[in-house]
Amino acid sequence: MADEKNNLPVSDGVSSDDFVFVQDKQKLSDVEIKTKKIGYLADAMYRFGQNKGSIVAGTILLVMILFSVIVPFVTGYQVNEADDYYQNVLPKNPAFEGSGFWDGTQTEVVGETYYVEYTNYGRVKKLFGISEEYSEILDTTTKQYTVLVDTYEFGCKYKYFSLSDYQKLKEYNDLLPDDQKIIQPMVDTLTWNASWTNVAVRDAVRSKMQTDANLTYQIKKQTGEPAYDVDGNLQYCYKFDTNGNYVYYLLDGSAYKLRINWHRYYVYVHGHEPVFLLGTDSTGRDILTRLASGGRLSLALGFSVSIINIILGIIYGAIEGYYGGATDIVMERISEFLSEIPSIIVITLFQVYMVNQHNVNPVISLFVAFIATGWLGTAATVRMQFYRYKNQDYVLAARTLGAKDRQLIFRHIFPNAVGPVITSSVLMPPGVIFSESALSYLGIINFTAYNITSIGAMLSEGQKVYTTYPNVILWPAIFISLLMICFNIFGNGLRDAFNPQLRGAGDS
Amino acid sequence: MWKYVLKRIGLMVLTFFLIMTMCFILIRLVPDVITCTPTDNVCNSILAWREALGYNKPIIVQYFLYLKEIFTKFDWGIGFKMYKNQSVIAILGEKLPYTMYVNFFASLMAVPVGLILGIFAALKKNKWQDQVISVLVVLVISVPSYIYCFVIQYFICYKLGWFPLIVNSGSVSLDWSFFVSYLPAMLCLGLGTVAGLTRYTRAELTEVLTSEFMLLARAKGLTRGQATVRHALRNSMVPIFPMILGEFISIISGSLIVEKFFSVPGVGAMYIESINKLDYNFFMFLSMFYVAIGLVAGLIVDLSYGWVDPRIRMGAK
Repeated sequence: MADEKNNLPVSDGVSSDDFVFVQDKQKLSDVEIKTKKIGYLADAMYRFGQNKGSIVAGTILLVMILFSVIVPFVTGYQVNEADDYYQNVLPKNPAFEGSGFWDGTQTEVVGETYYVEYTNYGRVKKLFGISEEYSEILDTTTKQYTVLVDTYEFGCKYKYFSLSDYQKLKEYNDLLPDDQKIIQPMVDTLTWNASWTNVAVRDAVRSKMQTDANLTYQIKKQTGEPAYDVDGNLQYCYKFDTNGNYVYYLLDGSAYKLRINWHRYYVYVHGHEPVFLLGTDSTGRDILTRLASGGRLSLALGFSVSIINIILGIIYGAIEGYYGGATDIVMERISEFLSEIPSIIVITLFQVYMVNQHNVNPVISLFVAFIATGWLGTAATVRMQFYRYKNQDYVLAARTLGAKDRQLIFRHIFPNAVGPVITSSVLMPPGVIFSESALSYLGIINFTAYNITSIGAMLSEGQKVYTTYPNVILWPAIFISLLMICFNIFGNGLRDAFNPQLRGAGDS
Repeated sequence: MWKYVLKRIGLMVLTFFLIMTMCFILIRLVPDVITCTPTDNVCNSILAWREALGYNKPIIVQYFLYLKEIFTKFDWGIGFKMYKNQSVIAILGEKLPYTMYVNFFASLMAVPVGLILGIFAALKKNKWQDQVISVLVVLVISVPSYIYCFVIQYFICYKLGWFPLIVNSGSVSLDWSFFVSYLPAMLCLGLGTVAGLTRYTRAELTEVLTSEFMLLARAKGLTRGQATVRHALRNSMVPIFPMILGEFISIISGSLIVEKFFSVPGVGAMYIESINKLDYNFFMFLSMFYVAIGLVAGLIVDLSYGWVDPRIRMGAK
């Protein structure tokens, strides 16, 4: 017989004492999360940091911004400062002097005429070789010289001076050593060819020599090639006065016509060597300065327009979305109407009214035009977010507790719109920059009269000469491409980082 | 459905007239005085034309006269400062073929390439082929079109000399040499389309490829190719098709930048000229032309969503 206890099936020695209530008299609550809390912003920053491409792009962008801000102050050139003769010169860095790279030199193949002329005034740095080219049509052989030329050497130019300017220059010139003189002896263009019977040819040669200050020697009648003497030397034809001294000026009315060495004259006028780190454009303006100030304009416009557009969009979208009803319908019709107007029409109208009619700076007109319709996208995003959140329970609760409209809008609903606003507006600055450069490239916006430059205008100028001077278009093209690529990669990275839907997606 | 379409068309017409009124008033408020010598016949006939259309009367009278001409004769006026004394419509008729020609062939070449690249990238997702395509797409989308216009013109046309530098401005023909002279411009126009379409197709297709019904399709025994072509592709086309449709509608409007770069004698060049010279009638007409294209394209693209995907009910609440 079994006792009471043995009535229970004893299988593995488990007694009822082994059973206790787990949470008997304990408070039941959620377990505190042990891991570190990561807020929205911190998470976005963390995920952005994981994106190496964006970091690199952001760094390049920062460098470009610094470049644009700082460089215009350090180059020592003005945006529209043009030298009469330093046009289309190549990039030159004094540190690379004579290396053949980045020193303003290039290899050219020239004929006899130019070879002699270049050599005569020191444009030729090195002669690589001479080749002979036979022309079947003319049955002649011409020599071709492959030379390294210094694009910064122009030799001499004729220039007119007033008496006081001439005296000042002469005073400075007299102190220079003999081989560094700015004022060079004048050329006698009349005597040596006085015997020529063909007056037309003679006058053509004379006028050529009167404008080209580098022709200091006799040239052949027809071809313009140098005329050598019997020993094969150049026959110089400087002008001498009655005492047999060089003549240094011609008095033309009250103006002094001088033959000056342009390189040395440049140093006299500007107080520094002509050094253009990225060369000059077709009107002789420093590309580096223009590039940096063009970039500065683009960036300033891009950022300021974006910030204002975002603020306007937030305010407009918040009012639309929060109040809804008739307010929303009216405001939505307005923004729909604005969005249908092509931006080029808006920009043109602002341009016509502000710039043509009232001489407002075109940058301001462009700024206003970009703002006129630029906020629509942000407003739509914010409106949508407001519609989504304004009827949620927590908002109703806050309203019941007496929160004012302003508090509800900015404290309770708006934070939900921050993510989408960031994701929809990070690509706004590059968009503005692209529009600005395209408009100035097309010539619809013209900054020239206002001492401002833009990348688009530089590209448009460079396009005219790119077959002969690709250098002029190359730099602005590289600059704007790099800027846009970096902006896009950086913007995409930022957008992904702030996109709440992608949260945690990178961890897998 | 038809009610919705009619409502959209009504709104479209309303928007069109609002924009037209605004543009007209703002443009006509800009003073534009023409003085003629008595012997200049062209100039005097322009003056007579302006007098007849009430240029010395209040703006509102001018506007109604302008509308009357448009509604009765579809006459949008004549050029004052460019193509003087010639009908605006006739000039557009001359220029439009060039723009349409270059854009049509550009789209025709770009759309298949974009689709194929996008599909290829989606199928090779995260492999090196996909990475290469993605990098190229980002490059083309980021770099402004005038830059690759320059690159193409400089290297292909100038350095290599494969194509002429400037397009043939003779009358539009289906000649091979005519086509070749426009090829670089088409290339530039097409690059942007290819990049956009590739990116979009890849995104859509990768999304569809990971959806559940693809798993089902594979589970019921379809090969990967069958499942992709019959199920994934068709579904991913829902948002892509309207995009292609929009692309083909926009062949009428063209690109200002590419047309300027390659000196295409098209509508874009004419529009830029009208802005720079501020010719009343040309600016008004071309602006409204672009507005109309934009509005119609928007409407057709929207409606095509419902047509392509029966799940989308147009105008449903």
